[in-house]
Amino acid sequence: MSSFFTSSIGKKFLMSVSGLFLVVFLAVHLTANLFILGGPDAFNQSAHFMGTNPIITLMQPILAFGFLLHIIYSLIIQIKNWKSRPVKYKKVDQSETSTWASRNMIWLGIFVFGFLTVHIINFFYVIKFGEMNMITVNGVEMEDSYKLVAGLFTDFGAISYIYSAVYIISFIALGLHLHHAFWSAFQTLGLSNIAWRKRLSVLGDIYAIIVAAGFTIIPLYFLLF
Amino acid sequence: MSSKTINIKLKVWRQKDATTKGKFENYELSEISTASSFLEMMDVLNEKLVGEGNEPVAFDHDCREGICGMCSLFVNGHAHGPDTLVTTCQLHMRKFKDDETITIEPWRAGGFPVIKDLMVDRNAFEKIMQAGGFVSVSTGGVPDANAIPIPKKDSDEAMDAASCIGCGACVATCKNSSAMLFVSAKVSQLALLPQGKLEASRRAKNMVAVMDELGFGNCSNTGACEMECPKGISLAHIARLNREFLVATIKE
Ligand code: SF4
Ligand code: FES
Repeated sequence: MSSFFTSSIGKKFLMSVSGLFLVVFLAVHLTANLFILGGPDAFNQSAHFMGTNPIITLMQPILAFGFLLHIIYSLIIQIKNWKSRPVKYKKVDQSETSTWASRNMIWLGIFVFGFLTVHIINFFYVIKFGEMNMITVNGVEMEDSYKLVAGLFTDFGAISYIYSAVYIISFIALGLHLHHAFWSAFQTLGLSNIAWRKRLSVLGDIYAIIVAAGFTIIPLYFLLF
Repeated sequence: MSSKTINIKLKVWRQKDATTKGKFENYELSEISTASSFLEMMDVLNEKLVGEGNEPVAFDHDCREGICGMCSLFVNGHAHGPDTLVTTCQLHMRKFKDDETITIEPWRAGGFPVIKDLMVDRNAFEKIMQAGGFVSVSTGGVPDANAIPIPKKDSDEAMDAASCIGCGACVATCKNSSAMLFVSAKVSQLALLPQGKLEASRRAKNMVAVMDELGFGNCSNTGACEMECPKGISLAHIARLNREFLVATIKE
């Protein structure tokens, strides 16, 4: 067992499991976010529910651990992969043999990580530790999360436009990451064969599009309405 | 197919031995028949070099009919050249245009060090095979060939896996220099059959352990290996190897 986590497949196993865990997290996060389309009260209630629900609170450290595991192992695996070809080719053509996303998972990942850092500072940190306006919805006092989100996307003129653009590009990067990641995770866990590869790829693409489009709707909603 | 002749420019990796630094040399060949194979073109080049009193280019080859896995060469950015499902010995010069510049490099991978020019040391594959790429033979009388019924589907799939010729194109083309396609083919060809199933877990564990030791990278499922493999070995075998490996770990 101890040799398992130092073996190539063992390390990839950790990448897959943590990755699939993050896939579930993204679905939950997106669902909570889309309440924004229902207006301030709906979103604030959704945010309040997420912030106070004991299961969600319990999951937070596990989620942080999942992210860390995924990030640390991606670096360990990637560095070994770079070292595995000490002398590079002069001419390589992989345009037809693999997808661009599959060859650039590390860069897509680093991009998404950069966004994640900004995102945590802008939202998570402010909601948890910063000064929030309080409002009362249906008799319950809660943080005005809607104002925070709407503010970032609309209140700062040009900076808000840039922020929105970065936000959208980040989710396109995440979508591309998921396009390869979803199927790949199952393949690494041994849960694929010729027939399932096609099914999982299609499923992964549908999921990637829902995530990328779903999150992109939010800045568009504020920019256009 | 009617044959014509083309003139080509070659950019060939030359390296005296494993420790000397190599570099690209440029050569020109004229009137190469498009019906000739890539290795025949290399023979023409070497004839020319020898005629001029120069050292011929060292490259691996043996059967020249696509079954031994000895030929290699990274041609214009592709393992075994631009054609699909063929080895370099089966690659025709009709795949190239008149006046084309052809870049020829050895397999590049930490696990496959260059011996000389375009020849690389693929002993790493032998070491992986020694770790488990076999079925242990029991003593006793010779068993009847048809005593163990095997479903057609299984024998077909095992046969597909067994068509791997150990050429190393998968490693050469993989952006991570991973040997997973090769190892998965060798694990699958035995794991799919009743005779090999008994040792399947141990085999997967031991072969992966040696593969990891020998400087090959981690598979990231890009699928480029499957596309460049001259035998069309499927990524589904890699899933099976992962499965066998995980089962072996759980069983422990
Ligand atoms: S899997 Fe294909 S590319 Fe790899 S060694 Fe076997 S035949 Fe060659
Ligand atoms: S020389 Fe035998 S496969 Fe090419």
